[in-house]
Amino acid sequence: MPLLAVRNLRTRFATDRGTVRAVDGVSFDLAEGEVLGLVGESGSGKSVTALSIMRLVPEPPGRVTADSMSFDGTDLLRLTEAQAREVRGASMAMVFQDPMRSLNPVLSIGRQLVEVLQRHQKLGRQAARRRAIELLEMVGIPLADKRLAAYPHQFSGGMRQRVMIAIALSCNPRLLIADEATTALDVTIQAQIVDLVKRLTRERGTSVIWISHDLGVVANLCDRVNVMYAGRIVESAPIRDLFQRPSHGYTLGLLGSTPRIDGPALRRLSPIDGLPPNLIDPLPLCPFLPRCRVSVAACRERAPDRRDLGHEHWATCFAELGPRAP
Amino acid sequence: MAIAQPPATPRFAGSIRLAARQFPRHRAAMVGLVCLVLLCLAAAFAPLIAPFDPVQIKLSAKLRPPSLEHLLGTDHFGRDVFSRLLYGGRTSLSVGLLVVAFAFVLGVPLGLASGYFGGRTDNLLMRLVDAFLTFPPLLLAVALVGLLGPDIQNVMLALGVVQAPVLARMVRGSTLAVREEVYVTAARALGAGPGRIVVSHLLRNVVSPIVVQLTVVFAAAVVAEASLSFLGFGTQPPQPSWGRDMSEARRFLGDAPWMFLGPTGAIMLCVLSINFLGDGLRDALDPRAWRTRRTVAAEER
Repeated sequence: MPLLAVRNLRTRFATDRGTVRAVDGVSFDLAEGEVLGLVGESGSGKSVTALSIMRLVPEPPGRVTADSMSFDGTDLLRLTEAQAREVRGASMAMVFQDPMRSLNPVLSIGRQLVEVLQRHQKLGRQAARRRAIELLEMVGIPLADKRLAAYPHQFSGGMRQRVMIAIALSCNPRLLIADEATTALDVTIQAQIVDLVKRLTRERGTSVIWISHDLGVVANLCDRVNVMYAGRIVESAPIRDLFQRPSHGYTLGLLGSTPRIDGPALRRLSPIDGLPPNLIDPLPLCPFLPRCRVSVAACRERAPDRRDLGHEHWATCFAELGPRAP
Repeated sequence: MAIAQPPATPRFAGSIRLAARQFPRHRAAMVGLVCLVLLCLAAAFAPLIAPFDPVQIKLSAKLRPPSLEHLLGTDHFGRDVFSRLLYGGRTSLSVGLLVVAFAFVLGVPLGLASGYFGGRTDNLLMRLVDAFLTFPPLLLAVALVGLLGPDIQNVMLALGVVQAPVLARMVRGSTLAVREEVYVTAARALGAGPGRIVVSHLLRNVVSPIVVQLTVVFAAAVVAEASLSFLGFGTQPPQPSWGRDMSEARRFLGDAPWMFLGPTGAIMLCVLSINFLGDGLRDALDPRAWRTRRTVAAEER
């Protein structure tokens, strides 16, 4: 049984101009210990999917529905707010994009770590403090016992993200959601953080949902990738398959706009033209159609169904795309 | 001097304690604190210090300039300005402090609730606040004191009621801004409940503007008390208060400037002290403004 099974997740927001379908029928499974990438451009519904799983979407104006969303045997949508609080931070945790802003500036690092430990693990003050030091050492912060008294502004972005990871992993969650966790960091630090997450989650068998628009990072880290567009998953594939045989016009566009260090030096990046679609009145057709370069006649007639491509690889696209040139 | 702390001490546990250690390093704030304490002591021990009875009229000695006998001169009834100053401090300081306390107790929770809950609660509370803010503050205070009866407790109450909405509105604004911070969502993602969010995340981060606003409230209260007394509410005639004496002294500005200088100086000193104190308090409560002697080698380079 998968750790997390999401079926037909829909998250909508009521606005003055109509209902925004931020997530529109997302279904996927996440196995124990699996690292799942969620890629797509801004506004494709990646973060809202994560917030919906964490039950952090403010309702109203938001509204989260799903046929089911079971995590470790419990249906997340049936939890009361108080029950959800017990789950958050304990068995599922989240790391956010901007490490400069995700720690409270007026509380010391130690206090913020200890607070979570005391909250979920009912540790005493001394025990929590010892554990906090271990956690900081675990994420590679030197002089951990001294750093407990430090404040976020005394840390660099990379160190703050390490602290966030330490806090997120402090209660040994079974699921870690990283929402663009390395986007705000420079490349060297990015690589360090990715390695850190890889190592720590492998050691513990933690499942990870890694949200990113950086396919390079995803390739390095994930077992499987879901490509999102307009609030839907348009392609899902094991990581290798996705790069070798992208089977959706949008995936193709994403890959075409990603620089490759091993490619020809003068290869031009081809950006995806146009803008992301309006999520208030979606087309009854494929949402990517107006921007697609590989569309076929069928695309203009009806919406594509999920097409199975074998090896747990599927895409919602009519175009028959062969393997990608290396 | 940098002294290494034994690692067993949970230093991080008390950010208040750390703040308390920071405060004395702010020199202006210490000066402010000392001045304020002296002013309070002087007011408290007025009967022991004052050389004259503050209300005793002695027309033969009216409008005397400062001398050894009358340190700050005498007023138009021959009363000793210095003695009146000491006794007046009792009224003015207690008005200032109590109005601050009242505005804090009423305004801060209101503003936090409004900012945190948002939506309908916010709407309701803020319309209430708007209703209070539509009245000119002094007029509202006069109306309230008129309703409750003219005595000094009622003046404090009225001024508190007038100031609380101003504070509430400001706290709400700051809370709304802080509520959208990523660290608030992050805290929720770690299982923090509403109580924790409001106290350790929202309140702790809106303390600075609150402290600043409270120093303004203090100054406003002292001056407003003067206006109310001048209008016949609040302190009744022979009783001294800084504001009251100041407004009376205006009439003699040309002939007896000392009458004016005494209470004005006291109010100024007091408001300045409070402002410095507020500055220091604000800095002590914000780790980013701390002056550390032993800087934690923070940057990983």
